[in-house]
Amino acid sequence: MSDASGKTSLFLERRSYRRRRMMDALRLLPVVGVLLWILPVFWPSANDAAGAPPPVAMSGAVTYVFVVWAGLILSGMGLWLALADPNGRIHKDPVSERDP
Amino acid sequence: MISVNQLVGVSLVYVAFLFAIAFFAERASVRGRGAWLRSPLVYTLSLSIYCTAWTFYGAVGYAARSGMEFVTIYLGPSLVMIGWWWVLRKLVRIGRAQRATSVADLISARYGKSNLLAIVVTLMAVVGVTPYIALQLQSVTLSLSIFSGPEVSESLTISTAFWVAFGLALFTVLFGTRNLNANERHDGVVIAIAVEAVVKLIALLAVGIFVVWGIAGGIAPMMERIDASPIGEWSMDRSRWVALTALSAAAFLALPRMFQVLVVENEDERHLQIASWAFPVYLMLMSLFVVPIAVIGLDIMPAGSNPDLFVLTVPLAEGQGGLATLSFLGGFSSATSMVIVATLALSTMVSNHVVMPVWLSTQAEGAQVSGDVRNVVILARRASILVIIGFGYIYYRLSGGGSALAAIGLISFAGVAQFLPAMLGGIFWRGATRWGALAGLTVGFAVWIFCSLLPSFGPDAVLSAEVFDNGIAGLGWLRPQALFGIEGIDPTVHAVVWSLTLNIGAFLGVSLLTFPTPLERLQGAQFVNVFDHSTQARGWDAALATSEDLMIMAQRILGPNDALSLFREEAQRQGLTGHLPEPTQGFLQTLERELAGSVGSATAHAMISQLVGGTSVSVEDLMAVADESAQILEYSNRLEAKSAELSRTARQLREANAKLTALSVQKDAFLGQISHELRTPMTSIRSFSEILRDTDGLDQAEKTKYASIIHGETIRLTRLLDDLLDLSVLENGQVSLNLDSGSLRDLLEQAVLSAGGDRSTHLTVKYARADTGVVLTTDLDRLRQVFINLITNAQKYCDASKPELSIDVIDMGARVQVVFHDNGTPIAAEARALIFEKFARINDKDGSGAGLGLAICREIMTRLGGDITHEPRPDGNAFVVHLPAQAALAAQ
Repeated sequence: MSDASGKTSLFLERRSYRRRRMMDALRLLPVVGVLLWILPVFWPSANDAAGAPPPVAMSGAVTYVFVVWAGLILSGMGLWLALADPNGRIHKDPVSERDP
Repeated sequence: MISVNQLVGVSLVYVAFLFAIAFFAERASVRGRGAWLRSPLVYTLSLSIYCTAWTFYGAVGYAARSGMEFVTIYLGPSLVMIGWWWVLRKLVRIGRAQRATSVADLISARYGKSNLLAIVVTLMAVVGVTPYIALQLQSVTLSLSIFSGPEVSESLTISTAFWVAFGLALFTVLFGTRNLNANERHDGVVIAIAVEAVVKLIALLAVGIFVVWGIAGGIAPMMERIDASPIGEWSMDRSRWVALTALSAAAFLALPRMFQVLVVENEDERHLQIASWAFPVYLMLMSLFVVPIAVIGLDIMPAGSNPDLFVLTVPLAEGQGGLATLSFLGGFSSATSMVIVATLALSTMVSNHVVMPVWLSTQAEGAQVSGDVRNVVILARRASILVIIGFGYIYYRLSGGGSALAAIGLISFAGVAQFLPAMLGGIFWRGATRWGALAGLTVGFAVWIFCSLLPSFGPDAVLSAEVFDNGIAGLGWLRPQALFGIEGIDPTVHAVVWSLTLNIGAFLGVSLLTFPTPLERLQGAQFVNVFDHSTQARGWDAALATSEDLMIMAQRILGPNDALSLFREEAQRQGLTGHLPEPTQGFLQTLERELAGSVGSATAHAMISQLVGGTSVSVEDLMAVADESAQILEYSNRLEAKSAELSRTARQLREANAKLTALSVQKDAFLGQISHELRTPMTSIRSFSEILRDTDGLDQAEKTKYASIIHGETIRLTRLLDDLLDLSVLENGQVSLNLDSGSLRDLLEQAVLSAGGDRSTHLTVKYARADTGVVLTTDLDRLRQVFINLITNAQKYCDASKPELSIDVIDMGARVQVVFHDNGTPIAAEARALIFEKFARINDKDGSGAGLGLAICREIMTRLGGDITHEPRPDGNAFVVHLPAQAALAAQ
């Protein structure tokens, strides 16, 4: 994130500091999602050559994918609830509003 | 078993219900009671057109064939939605700011409102999406055939497909083209889609719940059955897992129908924020029971049955006719909602970017032809709808509804994903140019056709087996599934990776090499910096357009009433009476934006340029683009200057405050001092008058002595009060000066005489250089008062044995100084700062002075425009009277 206005004050009030970090978390969420959902690539697969570890059971795979899904959704919803003002709009911070 | 006729009846009732709901939604919206139609929930549900019949039926078939791979189609969009902050937020903002009507419109607007790009994108979209529409028709007829049993006749499926296509075309024409402005929400369409979204979700959940709890008997037994099934082991083609997730994410952003619901129909950015987690919930629920249904289907259905239809056949096999009907309606909903929105989006593109420009160019008079163009536009849009659905139907007939269609979902995704580099590059990179976008799109699309679309028909269908094995013209590196000789990649991954890589490469490379037109650069700056609230690009040389011409054109596109009110509002804003505003640049931009909402930005731009006579990007505009960094610098400099000014003001305020505080202290001290000064004589007056009154036997001499003390004290009081009054008058600036002219020498002599001369005291007064004939024009009486005061001070306080006062006139041309130099003890350094203050008395031996003399002198000199200062000399004190410049000037 860029503090594009340059000479913003170095220290923020605690509340706005929290807020900015929550915005960071919101931006980070898809990255976390990508990392977690890319993990199955490294699981042993039934297609692997002989001698490879036994493949992951489908029930486990299904559970994993959906648990990650639910986690992402809940995090997204939680951040939205925490960040949205009473009108339901995520606050427009004039600095972070500028694009990174 | 439900008969086909019953099913058709149910479907017709359902369709009638959808028509009715769309109709009432339109009515409510027209009457202004459509607020509930614009809720975040409806927005989220409308996004569900992402889940087509391909995902409704196909996901289960996909899972039955390849296990968990089906879920990648949902993971990509979930990630895009959860990461809304990065791309979607900007896309929606730009779409709303530019009033984009479609993907083609957005891309064309970004690259200088280029109609060529718009046409290319439109054609690519039609090629990419038409097979997808055919797939939807196929799924409906296929699902219907399940109910009709094995004796299904060829004519039945054909006629089903025809009537479904016809119904969809009717619905889209009725509710999709009610208003010309594509930016206005199609409330009827949106609400119908939302209802269908609910239906398909409930249908899939119902089948899933029936399968898990009705057949398998709970979650744990279900999990066991999953592990025991043919897809019970994780068998994933790793490259496909990653590539398909990325592909679905790209398609989610670039699909014309998704752009329609995500951006065009978006009413409020807040809805996007809510949908960012609500839509992943929908996707998760849609895929929750896919694997269980697939596993149970594989288990209980006879071998060889089509896994794509497990959602229908499993409930039917279990005798659940009602559930199967619901499931059928779910699939029907998925298919119809996708076709409606996809057709709507495509028809907008086709009519705005292909039909309208062609029609305009065939009109000899161009945009100035009379008559209502709205009819032409609406007609073009309706015709486009019919043609696109017709294409879909024909494609379905030609392909024969075979299995080739089943693969078309991913192929279509890969086709529209080719828009993504131009789109994202356009909104994040100012350097992207029109030619770069065009090159990227063409290269990507060509690779896609060669590697993905044509091979999908199988060897010897379009491409000969010879080409498959040995490449075009025997060139081994031009094989459709092994480009550049790299073999062994999964065909889908191969096509996606190569088409997108070459697309991005061409886009970046050509963008780097070419130079954008001014309009492109302006638009680029606006797109990339959409959050900086930049001003609109100025593009028109307004002097050439006349309001009448504009009015005629606007009426033909917006309709007479809307155009009139638009013009009248603008005229009012400009403070003009009547309905014709001045064609200012600002107004022309507003008008272009309004027109763009109806006919697309490229066409709107072309129409206005026909009237106005070409775009003129002014020098200032270019400067604005080029100097943006300079502007930012200037802005920050301005801020810095402001902040410096603020701190200066603050310092001044602090000083003023300190002065006020000091003044207040001074005032208190002054009051204390004055009461003290008044009390001392009063006390002695009182005591001596008491003595006179109460003491008997005072002799005359004593009486006289006491009475003269009282008299002396009253004189002192009177003088004190006179001085105070004098000072107050001087300080308040109420004194009026009596200007007069006179010789300085005369004035000094008069002053010495008034002070008693050297007769009354021992003070010797000497004049040094006082003979200069300086003539003053000032208040001579006041000046004399100052001189007298200085002379009497010398008389009183000069403590030398032979007191001497020398009066020296220093004539410096413009300025004249009069120095009163005595030979008394020099005033102590620490007392010097105080001598001009009120009640300051130095060396006051008899206490007769009130301490106001010098204060009055200084006030008088300030009034006269001069000054009085004290200069310590080694042999005494010097008081220097600086005469006012103009007084001395007048003396020259």
